[in-house]
Amino acid sequence: MTNSADPWTRLYQQHSRQVLATLIRLLGDFDRAEEAMHEAFALALQQWPRDGEPENPVAWLVSTGRFKAIDQIRREKRARGYSSRWAEEYLVPGTGENLDSIADDQLRLIFTCCHPGLAVEAKLAMTLREMCGLTTEQVARGLLQQPTTVAQRIVRAKRKIRDAGIPYEVPEAAQLPQRLGTVLKVIYLMYNEAYSASSGEQVVNVDLSAEAIRLCRLLQQLLPHADVAGLLALMLLQDARKAARQTRDGRLLTLEHQDRCLWDREQIEEGTKWLDWSLHNGVAGFYTLQAAIAALHAQAPQYEATDWEQICGLYDLLLQVAPSPVIALNRAVAVAMRDGPDAGLSLVDEIESAGNMARYHLMHAARADFYRRLGCRDDAIAAYEQALALTSQGPEQQFLQSRLDELRSP
Amino acid sequence: MKYLALVYYQESIINAMTEKEWQDLNQECIRCVEKLSSSGNYVAGNALHPVETATTLRVRHGEVLISDGPFAETKEQLAGFYMLEARDLNEAIKLATNIPPARLGSIELRPIRYLPPKVE
Repeated sequence: MTNSADPWTRLYQQHSRQVLATLIRLLGDFDRAEEAMHEAFALALQQWPRDGEPENPVAWLVSTGRFKAIDQIRREKRARGYSSRWAEEYLVPGTGENLDSIADDQLRLIFTCCHPGLAVEAKLAMTLREMCGLTTEQVARGLLQQPTTVAQRIVRAKRKIRDAGIPYEVPEAAQLPQRLGTVLKVIYLMYNEAYSASSGEQVVNVDLSAEAIRLCRLLQQLLPHADVAGLLALMLLQDARKAARQTRDGRLLTLEHQDRCLWDREQIEEGTKWLDWSLHNGVAGFYTLQAAIAALHAQAPQYEATDWEQICGLYDLLLQVAPSPVIALNRAVAVAMRDGPDAGLSLVDEIESAGNMARYHLMHAARADFYRRLGCRDDAIAAYEQALALTSQGPEQQFLQSRLDELRSP
Repeated sequence: MKYLALVYYQESIINAMTEKEWQDLNQECIRCVEKLSSSGNYVAGNALHPVETATTLRVRHGEVLISDGPFAETKEQLAGFYMLEARDLNEAIKLATNIPPARLGSIELRPIRYLPPKVE
């Protein structure tokens, strides 16, 4: 979210997620908590200018919201003819606007939104809506989906959380590594949705990537962990290249052709700092290894000065941690830079014969590039054509088309 | 909360087992029930005969339609069920992880829905 000059907007942005997370715990219901939070902020808007801001605004907002919700529950019960005692009995155990556990409430919220029992689209929508505080319309715009689809997904997710008994808790130690993995996957997915919004003209959608980074930073603050820091480093280092990734007219630029002066040095520095933290606080995992590769690219003053030897070594490790044809393909590109395009070609042939990659446009694009560098014009053209037929993303299409045009012009 | 844990596996995997493997699996299931009972999480449960013994019936326009076998063709077949008492889904997942056929097929966890009060 952008920083606004309006103090009330700022106040809301600063505290609303914390207040919401705690109210969900106290009230046991997402919708009720959201309503109570809005009432608390509305009352603050009336009272604080007159009486001054309370010493602890979060505690004030939480307890005000909770009382508003209790009132509401009592009214509903009376209207239905039940005894109003029910509401009091139900709500008393959840006392304590204990500030120690308020920080934990945000962790509870993210683990609930990213529970493995929810579909991946639901996890993404719930996290953006509840953790990042985006409106349903903003979530829909960010994910390039219809607002009605996103709204339905959120309603269904909340229903499953309630009916299936998905708890509002930080998972116990035995489950934590796996569950943290699910949360990180959601954050990285959020970032990638922004990074390559699937078929639009503009590749980078700034809002979602900033949200993903902000959320990961919060997670690292609440639950410091090598993998969290690794993902934070990876996103910061990738995001640092944002301004250089596309020309003004929307053409895509590969690392080789990017103007490195446009890379955000401050962000690279922060990313490198988190990479170091990660490497010193655990075994280098999936995200940390990728961050280390991104850091090597960031450190090279020009493309020609890239340390391909180390990058190849990191890809070898990455392939052990997370074997996948996509990573094998990235490794092939790095090996081709170190040992020449011939080596890259034979690796791509291996990847293709292992299956499942025939429709992946980047495999054909990589092969085309190797042929081009070897001077095999016809093979390069054929491979670029195949890659072009398999991508729907505007800037990628333009890039492949421009390579084709270069090869075809004598 | 109560959860029904539906145990599914491919019967072909079971059919390919040796007699000893099959008996070992059964004994393991008995121990699993004992463990769930002693921790107070076991409400009810049973293993089922293979799907070839199943009969499916439907009532349409007041007429009972009966057919042999399961209604839908699926890769995995229902092999048994456990009714579990668990604090929440996280606990139910933890309990169901120890159901032996989870290694062979899959366990579907379904929260129990209570019917509304009877209207007099």
